[in-house]
Amino acid sequence: MEGTAVLGRLSWQVAEVVDVVEETPRVKTVRFEIPGWAGHRAGQHVDVRLTAEDGYQAQRSYSIASSPDGTQVELTVERLEDGEVSPYLTDVLRPGDQIELRGPIGGYFVWEPPQGGPLLLVAGGSGVAPLMAMIRLRAAVGSDADTRLLFSSRSWEDVIYREELERLEGGGLRVVHTLTRSPPAGWTGYARRVDAEILAEVGPGPTERPRVYVCGPTLFVETVAQALVQLGHEPHMVKTERFGPTGG
Amino acid sequence: MDALMLDGNAVAGLLQEVFAVEMTTAIETCNACGATNEVGALHVFRGAGIVMRCPHCDNALMTIAEGGARMWIGFAGVRTLQVTV
Repeated sequence: MEGTAVLGRLSWQVAEVVDVVEETPRVKTVRFEIPGWAGHRAGQHVDVRLTAEDGYQAQRSYSIASSPDGTQVELTVERLEDGEVSPYLTDVLRPGDQIELRGPIGGYFVWEPPQGGPLLLVAGGSGVAPLMAMIRLRAAVGSDADTRLLFSSRSWEDVIYREELERLEGGGLRVVHTLTRSPPAGWTGYARRVDAEILAEVGPGPTERPRVYVCGPTLFVETVAQALVQLGHEPHMVKTERFGPTGG
Repeated sequence: MDALMLDGNAVAGLLQEVFAVEMTTAIETCNACGATNEVGALHVFRGAGIVMRCPHCDNALMTIAEGGARMWIGFAGVRTLQVTV
């Protein structure tokens, strides 16, 4: 599929909520059924559009967190206090509700199993969503590609997909957490923002030429991308997805 | 460093709406420094409109302004755009 153009204008479709799951106190995953959905690639996103009664529209992009699975997709949404769209998605939507979305969108920030590894995935908070789609796809196809996920969260309670990641670990997948605000008592893992030293320890190093995917708030991605290049990773091997000052 | 900066991915839906083809893997050449990059790697700034800049030299490559049923797209800083067809 890589390098193949996907022809066709995007059109808005109606998606129906089938499930809402609380991931952390501030993050929920919403599962949608989209009639006629032709599937997606790991790392792609959708645009979500909400229309108010007076016709006002607000639109946001959300990464698809699920691996390709028929006509269903999952979006993992962090609730932003002053957000226009995210509080509606996390607090108001119930199974049976409908919203408008279009997609799948993007081909740059995408991983396909035949590309193999090694993979270095670096996530800041809800930036883990498109990387989780890659990890889930990797597991679904039985790939043993060397994959490291370096995942930065505020606290242990804020770690999205924590139990699923614990289950999936092994068989070539290693998950390393860093907790930047309040690590639990007795925490022996990293407890600071991602820096060059952590990236060098988690590896794989530049000589192994890993494909690197970094997703999170803009300043997080900026810091990580600069540290990776400083360590010797080639810029074109480092793909980034920044989602602004506060996130999704 | 600008906390509001995004990547080409952030306008992928908008670009696909206009060009009817996946655009983040299109390859753009900057007319200022000659660097080639996938559109997904460009730096994107959103204000009253959208400005896409070269990640190598910061040259303003493309501008997009939306107004009602019309869209104004400028390619002032792009030498070529290579699209898979």
